[in-house]
Amino acid sequence: MGTKQRRENARPFSWVRVGNWLKNAFSNPYNLLVIISVVALALLVVWPLLQMIVTTFQLAPAEARRTRGTAGEWTLYYWQRILNSTVSSNMLYRPLLHSLMIALCVSVGSILLGGIIAWLMVRSDLPCKKFFSLAVIIPYMIPSWCKSMAWISVFKTPRIGGSAGFLSFLGVAVPEWLAYGPVAIICVLIIHYYAYAYLLMSAALSSINSELEEMGEIVGAPRSMMLRRITFPLVLPAILSSFILIFSKAMGTFGVPAFLGMKVSYYTISTMLYSSIKQQQTAVAYTISLILIAIAAVVIFINQRALGTRKSYATIGGKGGRSNVLSLRKWKVPITIALFVFLGCAVLLPIGILVLQSLMLKLGDFSLSNLTLHYWTGEGVKEIFNSEPGVLVNPQFYQVLGNSLKLVVVASFIATIFGQLIGYVNSRGRHLRSGRLVEQLVFIPYLIPSIAFGAMYLSMFSTAKTVTIFGQTITLMPSLYGTFALLVLVTVVKNLPFSSRAGTANMLQISVELEEAAHVQGAGFFKRFGRIVLPLSKKGFMSGFMLIFMAIMKELDLLVILISPSTQTMPYMAYSYMSGGMEQYSNVVAILMFLVVFLIYWIANRFFNADISQGF
Amino acid sequence: MSQIVLKGIDKFYGSNHVLKNLNLVVEDGEFMTLLGPSGCGKTTTLRVVAGLEKPQNGTIEMDGRMVVNAAELFFEDPGKRGMNLVFQSYALWPHMTVFDNVAFPLTVKKVQKAEVKRRVMDALARMRIDEYAGRYPSELSGGQQQRVAIARAIVSQPKVLLLDEPLSNLDAKLRVDMRSEIKRLHHELGTTILYVTHDQVEALTMSTRIAIFFEGELEQVAPPMDLYQNPISLRVADFIGNPRINFIDGEGSFAADGALVVDSAMGRTVFPQKLLTGDRPGSARFPVVLGVRPEKIILSAEAGEGLIPAAVYSVQPAGSETTIHLKMGQTDVLAKEMGIRNYQVDRQVGLRIDPDKINVFDKTTGRLIKMAVPD
Repeated sequence: MGTKQRRENARPFSWVRVGNWLKNAFSNPYNLLVIISVVALALLVVWPLLQMIVTTFQLAPAEARRTRGTAGEWTLYYWQRILNSTVSSNMLYRPLLHSLMIALCVSVGSILLGGIIAWLMVRSDLPCKKFFSLAVIIPYMIPSWCKSMAWISVFKTPRIGGSAGFLSFLGVAVPEWLAYGPVAIICVLIIHYYAYAYLLMSAALSSINSELEEMGEIVGAPRSMMLRRITFPLVLPAILSSFILIFSKAMGTFGVPAFLGMKVSYYTISTMLYSSIKQQQTAVAYTISLILIAIAAVVIFINQRALGTRKSYATIGGKGGRSNVLSLRKWKVPITIALFVFLGCAVLLPIGILVLQSLMLKLGDFSLSNLTLHYWTGEGVKEIFNSEPGVLVNPQFYQVLGNSLKLVVVASFIATIFGQLIGYVNSRGRHLRSGRLVEQLVFIPYLIPSIAFGAMYLSMFSTAKTVTIFGQTITLMPSLYGTFALLVLVTVVKNLPFSSRAGTANMLQISVELEEAAHVQGAGFFKRFGRIVLPLSKKGFMSGFMLIFMAIMKELDLLVILISPSTQTMPYMAYSYMSGGMEQYSNVVAILMFLVVFLIYWIANRFFNADISQGF
Repeated sequence: MSQIVLKGIDKFYGSNHVLKNLNLVVEDGEFMTLLGPSGCGKTTTLRVVAGLEKPQNGTIEMDGRMVVNAAELFFEDPGKRGMNLVFQSYALWPHMTVFDNVAFPLTVKKVQKAEVKRRVMDALARMRIDEYAGRYPSELSGGQQQRVAIARAIVSQPKVLLLDEPLSNLDAKLRVDMRSEIKRLHHELGTTILYVTHDQVEALTMSTRIAIFFEGELEQVAPPMDLYQNPISLRVADFIGNPRINFIDGEGSFAADGALVVDSAMGRTVFPQKLLTGDRPGSARFPVVLGVRPEKIILSAEAGEGLIPAAVYSVQPAGSETTIHLKMGQTDVLAKEMGIRNYQVDRQVGLRIDPDKINVFDKTTGRLIKMAVPD
């Protein structure tokens, strides 16, 4: 206030002034939007986080009996148990080490793979570019847990998997370390996350004016030196952002380590978190979540320091200069073949294996006579998995499909609307403290790994939050555990960073002057929003909607600990079939879900020109 | 009546003081231009008047009605001020046709449909773009978009029309056309116009009065030719005029009869007391700057008695006029002559400068201390 007082001439207090101040504040829709956003984000993001922190310092009844304390008492018990006790090595340090190692390997591997493909696509005279440009991002559309299912199908051994995988069937002795554990997890995650690195780095590469490289050529620098001294430093920001992005995603990922690690007791921090929750050790799980959040926050903070701002990688795009391609010469054919083989392994093979396996009556028997449509359309037979009917004739499947679609449509619609409104606040309030506050608040869910975010909401909504004022009990937060509403809420909030980023980009392209021009004509806020802003943001709205839609459709990590039997979604159904050993059913569900995702992507791309690179 | 009175306006962006205690009166029917280098606060002034920015201090009255009173935090809504604005970027709504763009101000005011159509077509015809009514803005050229923007601003018959650098996005030829178009519009409508530009030619040719800004402060408000002939300070003199005014350093003192005596590269010049402004430096001898417009320097092909000797440095003929760069001892001066003239480089010539046409500035304060006799 000090500067403000200096700025305004000293003047006596007056009621007229106060009245006008209030009138101005409330007649300005920007202020209302800011207030609503801040309150909503505080309730839905900050409070759950605080709630979770508090829980880890309070003694739960179960432990109260064991430690002879009173329930609700202030305690360091959980932190001590996690950080410094006989179980900490198993519960925290080893899983943490595993997670860090996996995240590091996955980031490096994805960047190498994605970077090479990006360079080939942008800078070289690779043939069939149009085909490759679609094919290389398909792995991103297949959920990572689907890929781990395919991995298992190929590599599993009868000893652990219960039946032979494809390779074992062919007579290849698959070593156990390849079928399950860190190597498997890392490989699957690389095949999943390289698409991120590819998208970011190809954007950066295409923004580099090739004259910069040609200049190097003119002064006679050899090609390797040009790559090292000119190209590499220019894409370094993109490399760093890909690294951070992939690292923090890999740290928090749950599906892949759950499929490929838990069976051999190889735990990462996210699977440890999950099993703690399943074992009712809630406070312990929250403590682990907080550690996971802290690591993610540190990583992103370093990223911001290293790059200036979080947005810097997004702005690399820019306008590209003239771009000449370099000839691959004699490497052209081998590289093209290698790329085809890679895509075959990363795209066709997983889908093919899933389809094949879904048709196999008995796993591990790859003979023709074993093929059946039983798991798709068969009526339940007592001998096969306790009369579980084929997926397409299982009424439960349609309920789950309905759930999934309902959740996805409702959540992406709400997330997109709020994303646009928050985007409006962000874009119009860039220079204001209020606008920046909203921008930072909405960014918090991004810091929190999905599974930890799910845990946070579990803690927040398992009981109703009430306050008692003057003897009246007011429910601030109802208990939502087990309801569909909770799934919608958690999905919307977790996806707000993305939807509001899309919203901000969308709103930024609508010049403020277009709105001011209507304001000068005497159009009020709603008229301006309805007649000017909305019609102009329609397209961005639709493409944002589609991107969120796809992300939510395959979401497993976020929802896995919040889902109850009546609110199952497709990924969860596949997951529970899988963990129940009913692999074929799981494969069928996964294939159907992939079809839905691909269909949406096709629609988004075909009709709304959606840019998939905005989706993360 | 649509007089605008701005009193004590202060505008801050953060700690950045953009408008400093601005006082300005725009008379009814006037074509007032706000002129200044970029970042001087002229566009901010326009936005404050339009109601798109809220000043921290000061008041604005229109026709005696208070529209801004910062002390009471009272800011009239832009739509209720009875003015209209043409944006630098035109700000045409890309999803509406030309007709819908222009009709928007009327539909907001809930004017009847038939009346809307009549008035929109009238405005479009006035701007000579009625044939494009059904097109979208992206299907029009820059000049046509400009006309749509103006049509949209005049369709609601505002009492005051605000224009923010409306010609800066047009090419040179179109700019000249639109200049006369806007001037004619002012003549026909009789609306008060507040016009922002950084282009001094626009300001000099179109306005009834010019308000010139530097760094958020209003420096001088005067009719264009007064501003040109008697700029109130060195920076105004420097900003106005093309080619630039010549500055010649000198030393001034006052004679016994009150006349100002200046010794400079031009020799000794005596300026009679009646042309002096009130501003008088305190000391006996003080540094001054003589301001001489290039067209006030008269060249003689030969040096001679009573003439100031100079050497030709370079000659730049431009057809309608010729600019001659001269060396007067160590001092560089530019002279301008009409038509095509030719002088040999390094030739010694003689200059005649009428002392009545010279401005004298106090070098320390930068203020005008001796006026030129207007043409």
